[in-house]
Amino acid sequence: MRDFAEIWSYLAETPLIWLSATLIAYLAGDYLAQRAGRAPLVNPVLVAVVLLAALLWVTDTSYATYFEGAQFVHFLLGPATVALAVPLWLNWPTVRRAVLPIVAALLAGSGMAVLSALAIGHAMGLSPELLATLAPKGTTAPVALGISQNLGGSPTLTAVLVILTGMIGAVVITPMMNMMGIRDWRARGFAVGVAAHGIGTARAFQVNPQAGAFAGIGMGLNAMLTALLAPWALGLFQ
Amino acid sequence: MIHALALILLCQLAGEALSRLFALPAPGPVLGMGLLFLLMLTVPRLGDFMRPTGEGILRHLSLLFVPAGVGVVGHLRQLGENGLALGVALVASTVLAIAAGVLTFVFVARLTGATGGDDA
Repeated sequence: MRDFAEIWSYLAETPLIWLSATLIAYLAGDYLAQRAGRAPLVNPVLVAVVLLAALLWVTDTSYATYFEGAQFVHFLLGPATVALAVPLWLNWPTVRRAVLPIVAALLAGSGMAVLSALAIGHAMGLSPELLATLAPKGTTAPVALGISQNLGGSPTLTAVLVILTGMIGAVVITPMMNMMGIRDWRARGFAVGVAAHGIGTARAFQVNPQAGAFAGIGMGLNAMLTALLAPWALGLFQ
Repeated sequence: MIHALALILLCQLAGEALSRLFALPAPGPVLGMGLLFLLMLTVPRLGDFMRPTGEGILRHLSLLFVPAGVGVVGHLRQLGENGLALGVALVASTVLAIAAGVLTFVFVARLTGATGGDDA
């Protein structure tokens, strides 16, 4: 039998091991979330990220090496965004009747996300570069990276803030809506899609299919609006 | 299934091309979503055909965010130095944005009579 270290050093350089690790970490997160009765705090993404970050740290693996394997999963973000057309199509009769609430909630939610994040960040002394990094944090990852880059922020840090925002939204949405006594699934879904993009949308799909469809619409519309809004809002605080 | 997947990728590709070509603020995949939606709206048969694949991809949407999330390992120092400000900004702005969005939606829905959510 060959030395374990030798086999490891070979495997660690191939995409296979980190692709497998990503799927297994997610399955573990999903299993725990199921066991916890889909409790908001046991978010599958959160669990998977913590497990993988610990694994990278223990095995002294760089993020670049990890991403060689994980990029195959990451790539699917684009096709998945396109696939959101399916729930939109299925719910089109309901969506059509709610055009005005959708437009109004988009402006309110998207504007509030960008302006309040920048106002708080500015008040707490974040540098202009970090403000630019923070501004697009409510939009879906591929869009946020582009906006951050255009504004002079750090795209990779933006990616992390985007994921964190998604997890925060997914964790708070259900308790918050129940506390506020809001039972309209369209409103619940749409608001979390605008504020917490795909991770919020994934959470909405777990809770209610109609909420999921509206979350997908919120995420898509917010991506377009933030691209226009973020440069203007950043100008107010720099 | 491969047909449906090919159509999804083609829509994304067309979206990317449109986005670059006309320097649109919307990114390729979002335009691709709009494109696929218009196709399904025009040809309803296409919608039934796309449904299993589309729903299959979306069933584990959360998984797709894991690789980007692990990127946190490269920013621990920066997050540590500005952790409080970033943390407060993220949590507060997300809660405020959800509240603003949901209250506006419910208010305007009532104002315009656009009710009709499952449980509205």
